[in-house]
Amino acid sequence: MFLKFSITKTIHDWLFELMPAGVAGVVEMILIAVVYLLIFAVAGLYLVLLERRVAAWFQLRLGPNRVGYQGLLQTMADALKLVSKELTGTEKADKFLYNLAPYFVIVTSLMALSVFPFSEEFQAFDINIGIFFLTAISSIGVIGILLGGWSSNNKFALIGAMRSGVQTISYELSVGLSLLTMVLLTESLQLSEIVAVQKNGWLIVQGHIPAVIAFVIFMIAGTAETNRAPFDLVEAESELGAGFHTEYSGMKFAYFFLAEFINMFIIAAIGTTVFFGAWLSPFGITESIPWLGVFWFLGKTLLLVFLMMWFRWTFPRLRVDQLLRLEWKYLLPINLFNLVFMAGLIWLGLTIKF
Amino acid sequence: MEKTLLYEELKSQEYFINMGPQHPATHGVLRLLLTVDGEIIKKVEPDLGYIHRSIEKMCERDSYQQIVHLTDRMDYLSSHINNEAVCLTVENALQLDIPDRVKVIRTIIGELTRIASHCLWWGVIGMDLGALSTYFYGFRDREMINDIFEETCGARLTMNYNIPGGLMFDIHPNFVKRTKEFIAHFRNKLPEYDRLLTGNIIFQNRMKGVGILSREDAISFGASGPVGRGSGYSCDVRKHHPYSAYDKISFKEALQTEGDSFARYRVRIDEMWESMNIIEQLIDNIPEGDYKVATNAVIKLPKGEFYQKVETARGELGVYIISTGTKNPYRMKFRSPGFSNLSLLNHIAVGGKIGDLVASMATLDLVIPDIDR
Amino acid sequence: MQTEALQKYLEAWEFELTFGEETNQFLNVNVPPHQLQEFMRKLKIDHETYFDYLFCLTAVDWESTMEVVYHLESTKHRHILVVRTKTADRETPVLDSVSNIWATAEFHEREAFDFFGIHFKDHPNLKRLFLTEDWKGYPLRKDYTDEVNMVIK
Repeated sequence: MFLKFSITKTIHDWLFELMPAGVAGVVEMILIAVVYLLIFAVAGLYLVLLERRVAAWFQLRLGPNRVGYQGLLQTMADALKLVSKELTGTEKADKFLYNLAPYFVIVTSLMALSVFPFSEEFQAFDINIGIFFLTAISSIGVIGILLGGWSSNNKFALIGAMRSGVQTISYELSVGLSLLTMVLLTESLQLSEIVAVQKNGWLIVQGHIPAVIAFVIFMIAGTAETNRAPFDLVEAESELGAGFHTEYSGMKFAYFFLAEFINMFIIAAIGTTVFFGAWLSPFGITESIPWLGVFWFLGKTLLLVFLMMWFRWTFPRLRVDQLLRLEWKYLLPINLFNLVFMAGLIWLGLTIKF
Repeated sequence: MEKTLLYEELKSQEYFINMGPQHPATHGVLRLLLTVDGEIIKKVEPDLGYIHRSIEKMCERDSYQQIVHLTDRMDYLSSHINNEAVCLTVENALQLDIPDRVKVIRTIIGELTRIASHCLWWGVIGMDLGALSTYFYGFRDREMINDIFEETCGARLTMNYNIPGGLMFDIHPNFVKRTKEFIAHFRNKLPEYDRLLTGNIIFQNRMKGVGILSREDAISFGASGPVGRGSGYSCDVRKHHPYSAYDKISFKEALQTEGDSFARYRVRIDEMWESMNIIEQLIDNIPEGDYKVATNAVIKLPKGEFYQKVETARGELGVYIISTGTKNPYRMKFRSPGFSNLSLLNHIAVGGKIGDLVASMATLDLVIPDIDR
Repeated sequence: MQTEALQKYLEAWEFELTFGEETNQFLNVNVPPHQLQEFMRKLKIDHETYFDYLFCLTAVDWESTMEVVYHLESTKHRHILVVRTKTADRETPVLDSVSNIWATAEFHEREAFDFFGIHFKDHPNLKRLFLTEDWKGYPLRKDYTDEVNMVIK
């Protein structure tokens, strides 16, 4: 039946029929890598457009709607412009590190994208330490920021990179702890297991009160970790320069810029997977059509992305000491307390299961 | 011996940051030389003169009608009130009897200008602090006022509607109706803006306790307008030295006592409410009569000195004319509110962080052409 | 205080004051430059006058002398006084600074120095304010000429 058609299995079988096993394996891996690169590029481009349209909607104006139908080709045009720009570089910058820094952020974003369960079968890398892998990856991303600021040989870029680095590592703690609170319910770090557990009801419903608290903390900490407003003091235009990517232009700047949007997508995707049941439909209404799961996943993720954009265009910025105070004095204690609360709830058997 | 050397090496070094003439947070071409130690500001030195157009020297060779046209380029956000100041000085010197109609219309348009200026200020303060959407909301309401001005006075920003002797032409028949519509619309919008920024905890944390100015310092530095009133110094020229139709209406002076940025912010929001009350008291009863009094084509002020104070959206503007009986003033001095407000920037910013400097400057509401003249 | 009462009160102080005409808008008092600092300080501290708000400081170039006009207001009694002082030395006028009495005078005196060349003694930071450091001449003086930039009708 068409509805039970499994795309990945079909392609896998076809490839193995066509060539010897070794070559087919390699070709399969290359194919998956290309697909993910495409997802990265396309998602990045369209998220930028979405941000501009959403911002325009909040600000009572139209966004870009001329280039292509409703502005769909706008970011394509911007990308072409960025590619054709001159790659400037300062003379005294450390050449090797200066060129290396953008690749750190891109590689970590791609690695994180590969573990998400877009659907039952569309999951490239179902490692058994899924959540742990994700938090480890985001820690590597900090290196790219610090390298970028340091190697630019620019006083303000360095200050910006330092502030950004401190912000990211502080808020990673809250992200990790709030995810840990949910792992208590699923008893497994593997992402496909987490989704399987949610067949009895999404985790945010199963864990009711502590899960909602964990979700709120996760959204706040996730926004802060990706340096988005209201935590974007690093890139604040009305303050000093443009933060750690002041000295980058052209394609390298585009890498940092796209990586920021993909990071936002990743945080939203983690939130969808852990709290809202990845590709599962509410009450199982389309369970019989498995490939619709992709659209459920994307829909829920885009809703969370919209929420993050809503934050950006509404709230003023926090000053850097207020930012750090928020994390270490407020979010961390609440997180720890919430962990104990969730553990208590599970022990007493008070979670909601359908 | 070795211990002292180590301590010397560990001392942190101050460095200079230039918030240069082109900077989104300085509202005009102002250069600030900051001496910063880490994140703490040690000294702020403003560097002025980027938009100095020698208005005072030009006034010495222009006729009085021409001088009115120079003044609205000074503080272009309260241009009508600047024009009114010069016209009042000239009319008091010539001892002209201005009809009530002129006085009431000047007051109404002055209050509309004040609301427009505060709308822009509100939009910009949100933008400076990071809430980028407020800029558009502030400008949307300002557009309605600009449309009213365009219909009646002929221009949106630099109106030149006041001339020595009265108004240039009579008000448009739609003026009263459109003003009433605007007031009804804005009365609904201002509580929304209050909820968006004023009640927001992030905004309050950025503004409370930042840039504190005591009452004695405010008086000593010559602060006027909302900057002075935020520190508890009652300095409203409309109350203490009333002009035009201000002695016939009743309104409250917006005063707060804490002296920090949040207090100055609240004062301006309260001023917008009071302006709407003033307009409502006057808009229905504009007296009939002439819209101007005839003056000579060449105005010559009698020998002597004349000073007039008005309250612009920034503070107290003073116009000082020394005349020797000829058709040009001998010396014309404009005491601009931004000049004194800027001088206290060093006092309130030292010891704070750079983010606090941005918040304090936004609440001082400086317009640099007003300072540079 | 009313103008006549204020005039009598100031006359009772032992300074060499002369008063302006009665038709002026505010009470004018002329003070010689060597008594300026003391007179101003007394005006601020004395409880009956209490002039704590200096709202305008103007320099005027009368072709033979240079004059500085101070407009003072009291926030307690709400009366206004105009203090004037003239120096005979027009080329390099020197006057006392009042910036240690009213902090706002610091910027106003810098402006007066910039445009008229009046040197204020004991000013914390007397440099040009609007014009660049290497500008020659004092533009608002009546004998200032600039063939390139000035347009005389």
